[in-house]
Amino acid sequence: MAEHDQMVEVFIYETRQFFEQLEQLALAGEEAGEFAGSDVNEIFRVMHTLKGSTAMMMLDEVSQLAHAVEDIFFYIRELHPEKVDVPGITDLVLSALDFMRVEIDVLDEGGKPSGVSTELREETHAFLREMKIANGHDPDVDLRKAKKPAAGAQAAAPAPKPVPQQYYIAPVRTQEAAAGPHVYEARLRFEPGCDMVEVRAYTVVSNLQGQATEAHWVPEKLLEDPEAAAVLEAEGLRLAITTDKEQEEVKKLLDSVGYLQELELKELESTDKCSFWPKEPGAPELVPDATPIVPQVEKSPGEPQLPQTRAAKQEAAALAKGRPSEPHESQVISVRVDKLDRLMDLVGELVIAESMVAQNPDLAGQELPNFQKAARQLQKLSSELQDSVMSLRMVPLDATFKKMNRIVRDMTKKLGKKARLVLQGEETEVDKTINDHIGDPLMHIVRNAVDHGIEMPEARLEAGKPESGTVTLSAANVGGEVVLQVKDDGGGLNRDKILARARDKHLFTKPEAELTDAEIYQFIFAPGFSTKEQVTEFSGRGVGMDVVVSNIKALGGSVTVDSRMGHGSTTTIRIPLTLAIIEGMNIEVGESRFTIPISSIRRSFRPGETEVFRDEEGKELLLEDGQCCPVVRLHEVYRIEGAEEDLTQGILVLLDTGQGETLAVHADRLTGVQEIVVKPVPLYLSKLMETTGISGCTLLGDGSISLILDAQQLGRRLLKAS
Amino acid sequence: MEEENLLEEEDTQKDKYLTFTLGSEVYGLDIRVVQEIIGILPITGVPEVPEYVRGIINLRGKIIPVVDMRLRFRQAFRPYTDRTCVIVIEAEAMQVGLIVDGVAEVLTIPEANVVPQPKLSASQNRYIRGVGKLGEEEGVVLLLDWEKLFSQEDEELLGRMQADETQEEGADGK
Repeated sequence: MAEHDQMVEVFIYETRQFFEQLEQLALAGEEAGEFAGSDVNEIFRVMHTLKGSTAMMMLDEVSQLAHAVEDIFFYIRELHPEKVDVPGITDLVLSALDFMRVEIDVLDEGGKPSGVSTELREETHAFLREMKIANGHDPDVDLRKAKKPAAGAQAAAPAPKPVPQQYYIAPVRTQEAAAGPHVYEARLRFEPGCDMVEVRAYTVVSNLQGQATEAHWVPEKLLEDPEAAAVLEAEGLRLAITTDKEQEEVKKLLDSVGYLQELELKELESTDKCSFWPKEPGAPELVPDATPIVPQVEKSPGEPQLPQTRAAKQEAAALAKGRPSEPHESQVISVRVDKLDRLMDLVGELVIAESMVAQNPDLAGQELPNFQKAARQLQKLSSELQDSVMSLRMVPLDATFKKMNRIVRDMTKKLGKKARLVLQGEETEVDKTINDHIGDPLMHIVRNAVDHGIEMPEARLEAGKPESGTVTLSAANVGGEVVLQVKDDGGGLNRDKILARARDKHLFTKPEAELTDAEIYQFIFAPGFSTKEQVTEFSGRGVGMDVVVSNIKALGGSVTVDSRMGHGSTTTIRIPLTLAIIEGMNIEVGESRFTIPISSIRRSFRPGETEVFRDEEGKELLLEDGQCCPVVRLHEVYRIEGAEEDLTQGILVLLDTGQGETLAVHADRLTGVQEIVVKPVPLYLSKLMETTGISGCTLLGDGSISLILDAQQLGRRLLKAS
Repeated sequence: MEEENLLEEEDTQKDKYLTFTLGSEVYGLDIRVVQEIIGILPITGVPEVPEYVRGIINLRGKIIPVVDMRLRFRQAFRPYTDRTCVIVIEAEAMQVGLIVDGVAEVLTIPEANVVPQPKLSASQNRYIRGVGKLGEEEGVVLLLDWEKLFSQEDEELLGRMQADETQEEGADGK
């Protein structure tokens, strides 16, 4: 990612959030078969914001596209057409989003977005035209223009009948109780020729928040209504508030906005005296026809107004919910991740420095009860500090999970399958790094589940299953791990096909007859492995599953797959909760120090003379739980000089590779258990380290460096070498 | 774009080279990539890397790989002394420490005085960007091409690794 201006960065961040929100809304609409009134408003609002913000960033193509899509939702919102092609609209919204995403990505990478959205725009316009015709509306009437008082009155028969919606602040309490001792009516005029009057007016109104008990103003929709600016210029902003503040204070408050030309402020006896004060909060207010400053008055009694009223109420309710909750927003701040990382690094260093002090060799053998007490206190505090810093990085998985909705939708559409995605435990929190890196692997697995797992609808019916398949994506905290599962109720893995393919690729590590099912299924994670005869757009090229595995390994996790023929398969990913700090056992081999994560140690012991035996090739083996496990002499593997050669003199540490195998690693001695901060192998070396069995390094209490041994990698390495 | 900014901003550092010695030869390193110069620190060996990658060091909590430049240029190993220096350079988001016999000075060598290295097949020449001429008496400075030092090294290392592995396999197979 290129470095940006802070403003551009915020823009990109916010815009991407909008994209995700839009996608969820569109998909929810499609799933439900209709767009709920609040969703229509939400999509309209977000598109409107996007239109504005992208125009500000000079992304005209994106802005115009947002405008085109916004038009559709404007039409739906205002006219509530009966025939709404929900999948069609979803397609439009999604393809518009895809276009915008590409543009934003280009911007993010420091390029100049240069995509052209003309085609998409025309498609959108044509779609809206079709929809208007289908609903018996004149496609050539521009809704926005029709809303002008003059034009609106003369508009064709099925002209829009918008209902004014009241925006007001703090409508929680009843009117009597809410009304403060003072009622003021104000009219604010802005200097002619000052730009963005509507924004200035909006500033005035939002300044009132928290100051006024209740407030109403005309024109009501300052930002949403394209006519607002004209009205503001002609009539000024008319405002009525109830507050317990004195007139002077209110005047000062209103006066604070820039470009104010004129401010009239008078006190009224009661709210009844104000012409635009609503009689009943929440209900749509019908303003007398005579009031020229209300542009949307166009009331024709007898018109069925039910749906509009409902929409209005929803909007009011959403507002009522939104406004008072705003103070909560200030409880959340967004922080740059690199700052957090820096903090975490520092805390990690602090913990190490602390143990350097507490376990300082100069103190060895001395009786220091007071010092020990203080050191313990320090240790407790620093580990608490570490925990709370770690928790800062925890984010819920739901955004990542929800992205999968789109994937399942697109795939089922293209493949002609039927499937739905069920999400479970999406509130589970994981480290941000995990969240960022789990998306791609999960996407691959979900794709595979839909593509290879779920059968065609006919085949499913034949097999006696429901026509629509189900893919379940779940997350849970189990012990110190996050367990993610992708489960499908499809056809399951074909054991024989996998075996045949593995035979072709010479993947067998032991005689075929000895392979367990789990081991056979594990073959699908081998590079270039695919039993799919046909390569589809989504999967089948055989790249993917091995990428999945390596991505998850990079997170310190593991992947397993289980399957039942005809009943579907389950892919399980296990990832440690936090990546940065683990408990490790330090060992020494010659002069070299290694650290082994405690989680992979089964036990350690000093073997007797007879416990280790040799097989016919001369390899040293050990019998553990009825299983032969190879003895690994680290000094041989890593060519370390001066290490203990005699097995009975050193110590054997049994490591679980997580693949059903155990390695007996021979070390000179164990030097203790320590919480360690995992540091990556420097980039310069990391390419070389892939096969070495070393997954990272860490600093020990005395400042020296220890290499972290990864049992799984070590196991694979030995397998390769033999 | 970024590169340009870098060049503009650090114009004062243009044409400036930190010179260091390996035996009798003097090398120059673009000052812009040099982060700091430290004395030799305890080195932790890393298995299975070419001999010239001596291992990793702990530089105030940062773990940095160190490369012995003598070995890198196929010269004989010389035990480290008090005079041995580690030049920490940061480039392409990587930090690497270069172990050299000693650091000399910072020189300004205008681009006009840099003669491109003749294209020879000798391996070390690939990492020399050119030869900087000094005065009549002072001789020349071999200017390191740090970009190549980083990028090609990886490929070369990888190539050698694979060769090593096949050897190993052969040896293990017996």
